[in-house]
Amino acid sequence: MNKTLEPVHAVGSGAIRSVEAVGKAGYLGLDALKALRKVDLWGPHLASQMARVGVESVPIALFIATFTGIVLALQASYTFTGAVPLYFVGTLVGKTMILELGPVLTGLALSGRVGANIAAEIGTMRVTEQIDALETLAYDPVAYLVVPRVLAGAIMFPMVVVLANAIGILAGWSTSLILLDMSSPEFLKGLRLFFEAWDVQYSMIKSASFGITVTSVGCFFGFHTTGGAEGVGISTTRSVVVASMIILVLDAFWAATLLQ
Amino acid sequence: MSIELVDIYKAFGDKEVLKGFSVSIEDGQTTAIIGASGSGKSVTLKHIVGLLRPDRGDVWVDGENVSRLDQASIFQLRRNVGFVFQFAALFDSMTIAENVGMGLRRMEDVSESEIEERVADCLARVNLAGYQDRYPAELSGGQRKRVGLARAIATEPKYILYDEPTTGLDPVTKAVIDELIMRMADELDVTGVVITHDMDSAYRISDSIAMLYEGRKRFQGTPDEIRKTDDPVVKGFIEGRPELLEEAS
Repeated sequence: MNKTLEPVHAVGSGAIRSVEAVGKAGYLGLDALKALRKVDLWGPHLASQMARVGVESVPIALFIATFTGIVLALQASYTFTGAVPLYFVGTLVGKTMILELGPVLTGLALSGRVGANIAAEIGTMRVTEQIDALETLAYDPVAYLVVPRVLAGAIMFPMVVVLANAIGILAGWSTSLILLDMSSPEFLKGLRLFFEAWDVQYSMIKSASFGITVTSVGCFFGFHTTGGAEGVGISTTRSVVVASMIILVLDAFWAATLLQ
Repeated sequence: MSIELVDIYKAFGDKEVLKGFSVSIEDGQTTAIIGASGSGKSVTLKHIVGLLRPDRGDVWVDGENVSRLDQASIFQLRRNVGFVFQFAALFDSMTIAENVGMGLRRMEDVSESEIEERVADCLARVNLAGYQDRYPAELSGGQRKRVGLARAIATEPKYILYDEPTTGLDPVTKAVIDELIMRMADELDVTGVVITHDMDSAYRISDSIAMLYEGRKRFQGTPDEIRKTDDPVVKGFIEGRPELLEEAS
């Protein structure tokens, strides 16, 4: 090939691969919707997947939320001192945790923990022909593997995020009492000031969309794994990168559509 | 004719694997499909069970054209077909009993006690009685292949497809697997299709041997007929003489 055309060829091939991937993802999504009818295949695995996706993610989510709450309180105090009443620390910690950092940081962390785990597990099943084996035994692999994981993500992410939000706010509150010489009534006054129940619903809607994203992206890359161990590694990495990017895009999308 | 592939074409990207391959598998017989590595033998097997669809051509199993069936009908057809994978493809997180019982759990009106009984019977047939509670990681390669065979016969299929059942095994374990394949054909009266490039196994277990070469069928006949053939490509492959293959091409 002409050397000057090589970059054009590379861009063209990349574009074709991206369009192909979108098409394949669309097919997998349609298959998953159709597979929802096959409750006998996914039903028995839902509880165990909810435990893996949700319960086992609680420690990392709470760890992140704790330190985020502490930092938010300290940075708010640093910014507000001398200009804005200090009880606004409570407002900033509450609003920022619930609307943004609780869902987004948890989503990003779980794209690594949950998404990578799903991509590696399903990818290994693909390269060792276990998915083919499922098919030959008359199991629909989408109903058996994808549906319980995606449902578990949609159900459990909001629960983990609500918990993370609460812990983040508690951490911010404790920091205000211990390090900022604020009183509890002051912090709670700020927390209540602009609080709306809708904020929590917004946080949960957003987290559910992140849960669906992380699990379905993990399933997609796992399902389309080729090659051996290297292929599994590539799928795992791509799953984390793509899920993280989609989370950030969705974050902007929800803010633009639901907060206006 | 129980299984028939007619003029199958299959390509993956730019790579054409099957280029008009046709083969007939007679009822009750064991047919070996031989050919060099990467010649499309496993691809052929996956077409029979509907894991792959041909770009062109027809795959007939039990009078049904697999390449035109919808997903529900393919799942129905697969209940009559057992598939033994090259590396067994056992489910790592399940015990041997759960692996062998997987197909039975998809069948209607089969109770748990019947499944347990059937699993024990299948494991005994492959000389692995008492292995129910072990995990695949605890077994040797030969034992895993035998569990794969037990899983394939658990639903009492009419056909069993073997994808390189003896590859990577020592001579003694190979002989054990060959013996099992022959026993399955005799005792269960199944039609077998065996993908292999191990000629000793092919001669021992098959009633008919078909050779796949450059995407097409090069030869089909009995083990005696293939031994006597003058075709330099077939002769070169079965006798392991690359110079004959080079001359022919």
